[in-house]
Amino acid sequence: MKKEPAGNHKETMEIRLEHVNYIYGGDTELAVHALDDVNITLPAGQFIGLIGHTGSGKSTLVQHLNGLLKPTSGRIYCDGEDICAKDYNMKKLRQKVGLVFQYPEHQLFEADVLSDVCFGPKNLGFSKEEAEAKAKAALLQVGLSEEYFDQSPFDLSGGQKRRVAIAGVLAMDPEVLILDEPTAGLDPKGREEILNLIRKLKEERGITVVLVSHSMDDVANYVERIIVVNHGRIMFDDAPRKVFTHVEELENMGLAAPQVTYIMKALAEKGAAVDTSAITLEEAKQSILEWVKGNKA
Amino acid sequence: MDIIKAQDLSFDYIRRDEEGNVEGTTRAVNHVSLSVSQGDFVAILGHNGSGKSTFAKHLNAILMPTEGTVWVDGMDTREEAKIWDIRQEAGMVFQNPDNQIIGQVVEEDVGFGPENMGVPTKEIWERVEESLKAVGMYEYRKYSPNKLSGGQKQRVSIAGVLAMHPKCIVLDEPTAMLDPSGRREVIRAVRALNMVEHVTVILITHYMEEIIHADHVFVMDVGKVAMHGTPKEVFSRVEELKALRLGVPEVTQLAWELKQSGVNLPEGILTVEELTEALLQCRG
Repeated sequence: MKKEPAGNHKETMEIRLEHVNYIYGGDTELAVHALDDVNITLPAGQFIGLIGHTGSGKSTLVQHLNGLLKPTSGRIYCDGEDICAKDYNMKKLRQKVGLVFQYPEHQLFEADVLSDVCFGPKNLGFSKEEAEAKAKAALLQVGLSEEYFDQSPFDLSGGQKRRVAIAGVLAMDPEVLILDEPTAGLDPKGREEILNLIRKLKEERGITVVLVSHSMDDVANYVERIIVVNHGRIMFDDAPRKVFTHVEELENMGLAAPQVTYIMKALAEKGAAVDTSAITLEEAKQSILEWVKGNKA
Repeated sequence: MDIIKAQDLSFDYIRRDEEGNVEGTTRAVNHVSLSVSQGDFVAILGHNGSGKSTFAKHLNAILMPTEGTVWVDGMDTREEAKIWDIRQEAGMVFQNPDNQIIGQVVEEDVGFGPENMGVPTKEIWERVEESLKAVGMYEYRKYSPNKLSGGQKQRVSIAGVLAMHPKCIVLDEPTAMLDPSGRREVIRAVRALNMVEHVTVILITHYMEEIIHADHVFVMDVGKVAMHGTPKEVFSRVEELKALRLGVPEVTQLAWELKQSGVNLPEGILTVEELTEALLQCRG
């Protein structure tokens, strides 16, 4: 087994899934093929968006990444080690792959913010001092200064509670951070703040981030790679710009393209010479400006 | 006729210590006066903690005013004898579809409200049928709710409210937990209720593009109505909305940024069609 990584991570890990199938209710008539021959590699340090409609299998997939679910067949390797092997250290895997569930603030339970964030590292066997040091670093990194440490997490705003919950996972020093719809229920500014925070964490810690999202605009603006899941299968796995050229297929899967992509398509249909592959507001703006100004010239 | 009228409404949440003594109060709604006409589609925007959900909970007497008065169809929500009439007239749909469905079968769930009201059995089934048809879920009437998608569950929740024949439906972030197609389905169903069935709609949301067809928009901040107008009027004030932690629909944002870059566009563009038209005009 490899040495525990020290505080800041130079060394991050790769997760590889080979022919992973997951079937529940296997021996009954109600058997559901929740994952169907999934083959993906998550290299260290990537920012990945995972999209799919409710019930598409994305949560099942995510739960395989830190060993909460075991594949019915197929193999999952973390840094080359088979996580289904009998002697594999699951505890270490769960420390390395941090999972922030939907509405994670519902899982806050301690009397004060610092104790809540200490729970993870203490559970991993760190001393009180070490756990507190990790918790404090994590809280500062999510933008909660010392004045919040002694407050009850229940007195904080929705966005702040969610930061505490994210800090709780960060304090375990994960190398892969998976967030299941981290912006659900937040106001527009709160959504932007959380997404900017996630981007900052990825850059500062050099970790892999998997963002599970129902917002096409968010994934278009933030991630470098999108994995689309439908009926337990990987339908697309590519750069956002390429994935969002498949508008019709995405709609048939209960998804969509980013809003600006529809705007650009509508403009093009009326004869405007604009870039219909634009997926962010900035790209759309530049393309329209070129078209409008080009005409004036 | 005003279906909803709030006059000088204030509400304080009371904080108590472990012995139950009052430690202090937090004012969540602060002197709000507004009215909603029968048949209108009204949107309420506001950042997390702005007081919009607290306000909404007054509309079917889940919360009672600390000060001021709320009338639903002329009934004061503080009149205890009227509470069930009020709840029948102003139904509520919440964020999480899984917390609102209790029946084992879709049609039973939808029938629960009218049954509870003492509606005769034959009429319950008529109401279940018409409500499920109104939200496009009639084919699923024999399904178990746990076999449905999030958008379908929310439409069943809406049908459950409709079956009580309300004059008004209040939806508190009904799409927050849904995927894109779920969001489309729910918003389409809500608009149809308003346009076809003439049910008054009060929609609370964080998704700006869901309310471009509303008749009126109220924006709340620190418990007060900070802005009020048609979607076009409100979404023309891009910078003010941003200062209130909100935004504008993506089309409006794009148009606004193009305008900042010198493209001669009108204010408050809300739809792709409007933007396309305006840009083609610029081209001359």
